[in-house]
Amino acid sequence: MKLNVNGQVHEFEAEEDTPLLWVLREQLGLTGTKYGCGIAQCGACTVHIDGEPTRSCVRPVSTVDAKSKIVTIEGLSKDDSHPVQKAWAALDVPQCGFCQSGMIMAASALLKQKPHPTDADIDAAMTNICRCGTYNRVRKAIHVVAKGGDVKSAGLNIVEGSKA
Amino acid sequence: MSEIASPSRRSFLGKSAGAAAGLMFGFHIPFDAVAQEAIAPEINAWVVVKPDDTIVIRIARSEMGQGTLTGLAQLVSEELDADWSKVTTEYPTPGQQLARNRVWGSFSTGGSRGVRESHEYVRKGGAAARMMLVQAAANQWNVPVTECVAEKSVITHKPSGRKLTYGAVSDAAGKLQAPTDIKLKDPKDWKLAGKRLARLDTVDKTTGKQVYGMDLKLPDMLNAAIKDCPVLGGKVKSFDAKAIANKPGVKKVLQVGDSAVAVVADTWWRARTALDALPIEWDKGANASISQADVNKTLKEGLDASDAVAGNSAGDIKAGLSGAARKIEAVYSYPHQNHATMEVMNATAKWTPERCEVWTPTQNGEAALAAVSEAAGLPQNKCEVYKLHLGGGFGRRGATHDWAQQAVLIAKEMPGTPIKLIWTREEDMLHGRYHPITQCKMTAGLDEKGELKSLHMRISGQSILAALFPQAVKDGKDAAVFQGLNPPGPEASFTYGVPNLLIDHAMRNPPVIPGFWRGVNLNQNTVYVESFIDEIAHATKQDPLALRRKLLKDNPKALAVLNAVADKAGYSKPLKKGVYRGLAQCMGFGSYVAACAEVSVSKDGKLKIHRIVAATDPGHAVNPQQIEAQVEGSFVYGLSAALYGECTLKDGQMEQTNFDTYNVLKMDEMPKVETIVMPSGGFWGGVGEPTIAVAAPAVLNAIFAATGKRIRDLPLKNHSLKA
Repeated sequence: MKLNVNGQVHEFEAEEDTPLLWVLREQLGLTGTKYGCGIAQCGACTVHIDGEPTRSCVRPVSTVDAKSKIVTIEGLSKDDSHPVQKAWAALDVPQCGFCQSGMIMAASALLKQKPHPTDADIDAAMTNICRCGTYNRVRKAIHVVAKGGDVKSAGLNIVEGSKA
Repeated sequence: MSEIASPSRRSFLGKSAGAAAGLMFGFHIPFDAVAQEAIAPEINAWVVVKPDDTIVIRIARSEMGQGTLTGLAQLVSEELDADWSKVTTEYPTPGQQLARNRVWGSFSTGGSRGVRESHEYVRKGGAAARMMLVQAAANQWNVPVTECVAEKSVITHKPSGRKLTYGAVSDAAGKLQAPTDIKLKDPKDWKLAGKRLARLDTVDKTTGKQVYGMDLKLPDMLNAAIKDCPVLGGKVKSFDAKAIANKPGVKKVLQVGDSAVAVVADTWWRARTALDALPIEWDKGANASISQADVNKTLKEGLDASDAVAGNSAGDIKAGLSGAARKIEAVYSYPHQNHATMEVMNATAKWTPERCEVWTPTQNGEAALAAVSEAAGLPQNKCEVYKLHLGGGFGRRGATHDWAQQAVLIAKEMPGTPIKLIWTREEDMLHGRYHPITQCKMTAGLDEKGELKSLHMRISGQSILAALFPQAVKDGKDAAVFQGLNPPGPEASFTYGVPNLLIDHAMRNPPVIPGFWRGVNLNQNTVYVESFIDEIAHATKQDPLALRRKLLKDNPKALAVLNAVADKAGYSKPLKKGVYRGLAQCMGFGSYVAACAEVSVSKDGKLKIHRIVAATDPGHAVNPQQIEAQVEGSFVYGLSAALYGECTLKDGQMEQTNFDTYNVLKMDEMPKVETIVMPSGGFWGGVGEPTIAVAAPAVLNAIFAATGKRIRDLPLKNHSLKA
């Protein structure tokens, strides 16, 4: 079997009904995408397939076209420089962080579709579960990206390490 | 600064010669760090300064999202006068802790204790290291140490202006004798502690690089999936390993303990798929006929039973109630809940007859080591645990290490091969360590003016200690049951002044293993007390804020957080039409907290929580922006519980198996949270848990204000709020 992941074609062996999530994690070693529920409820496994946010835990690998472009958290940017990643870091969004790969993939897909999402847009698109409770900072970070990376607009006043 | 002698006897904090070498593992890559650490000079157990001025601060407690890693590093760095931009952290291993005679104090990370329990000795560790570094510089310059000052990792000889960095003298400093007379800074002089610093562990969580337990890769590792008897307390009767022997990737099918079956395969997905196809017969045991109604009935009986143990009493409750002009009574209940950490339970174990190693996310590395040793059949000094980052803890990963023991038992059957065991979400839901279940009967005695003069609070239900630490139950009393209800004290006391008071507990333990669930017993106790205070206020036509203020008049700290919330929420001003307020306050985990919730309920019964204003007085605030994050997060945890959280038994088995049947709060239901952090000094309280407890009662009281419906049994999903 073949998949195009993060711009690279990978060849691997797996049963046809293996979820894409487990191929990414086990056959391809890309563990940034997480297993949370296995039934598409929590969104920790979200990746992009041709730009569409997709819950990879219920997507049989055999149904993904070898030519489809899959992007995982590892491939979102070359140097952690995606605006969503930068906003996430600037606002200290993650707590335990386990759900955040999925959050970031869902948010980056949303922002591509709607560069200036309303709160209602965010509510509708961001259905990922976070048990630590980062929702309000997730929302703030999405608005920061929409405002071109204006971190101050979030009003959190976090001091960077180099400035302490 | 006093003179420090040299050379060293290496006595301070139990320093030992071999300490820096070998056993220390870096935070992110547990395997590459060994060689590096072997050459890094250790100043003391808490501080390593590398020649390039990088500072490594050792963190004994586990980071699970709550920010303790950054907060503890801030405290050490403050006293160390470190350049914060050069600060990194690492976990010492439980094995090293054992070898060094528990030099790092407790590893246990729970009860919101990370900072409040260790702040003094970690700060002393930082201060001692600074004194030794400054002394080493003074020695090199051959000048009195009193002429030298340290700032941002640079030591300056004031008269001559000469400078040395910490890295330049760390080797010499590490050889000095540790000081014994250590003076800590006054918190008002803090430059790093108390500041809104960015976390040290954020970036890798935005790139997928952070390695959680589930993500570990070891050479030649195999993967295991497991199924424990779904009926609690049941056992394995038989299974047909041959039926799945030819499934792809399967290496071994085995029984684990007397209640579980595991499949080991090359990948986890193959192990799990094969396990699902494995025919297993269970001996369901004595609990197979137990359902939720049976448990509830047993607890209800305890509400009026005579075998209760008192946790707090004052005056004469009997006379107080019998002589009351008016009595008010209400019965409440609070269900079992699963922690539902986002990362399910997992551990990787490698066993040989000589040594057992385990890699796992744990809130208590020492307890994990003890559990591993027991399962491995090897003494603790022949075992080691490597703490990996936790995808959530919330109390599930601290008191028991059942999953780690399972991994060891599997690895024992395949000596020399690392086995990574990952639970399914379903396994995680069926074999939790559940929030204890209780019911509560509140009886108030009022005088002819309607003043609260007597209060009997009877709790009936489950004891965590009886199940997990029975030795801690004294004379039938589980003291933890009375969290937030205790007589005046620094930890978790009952805040209101009531002349005649009795708070007692009739222990009723269903066959469900309980655990410490973030917020623990403060959660339901605060629901009971704060709902009932609200009921008294409405029954006596008093404003709920005014009544609380009256009852808190002798408790200035509790009153202060309540007033702060009322002010910020604009309590004296009317809200926009259809929006109603509810209040709650409590004292727990050493901190004082209060909340005001604003809700509306539509005609068809849909609840919207608009805003919560919350205040916390934790005594000292080490990182206010992280406290805000904890408070916001605590409302997600507390409101998930209030709205949806419930695990119910049917035929001895939990009915909720995944997030489709165990709903939690999501983005669209998240209220705006405004956090007031108001440290008043003089004590140290926790911040990870206390505000969870005020989430539910503040919302329940607001729902009453909106609808006139008093919800006394959680979760809310079981009730209609329709007009």
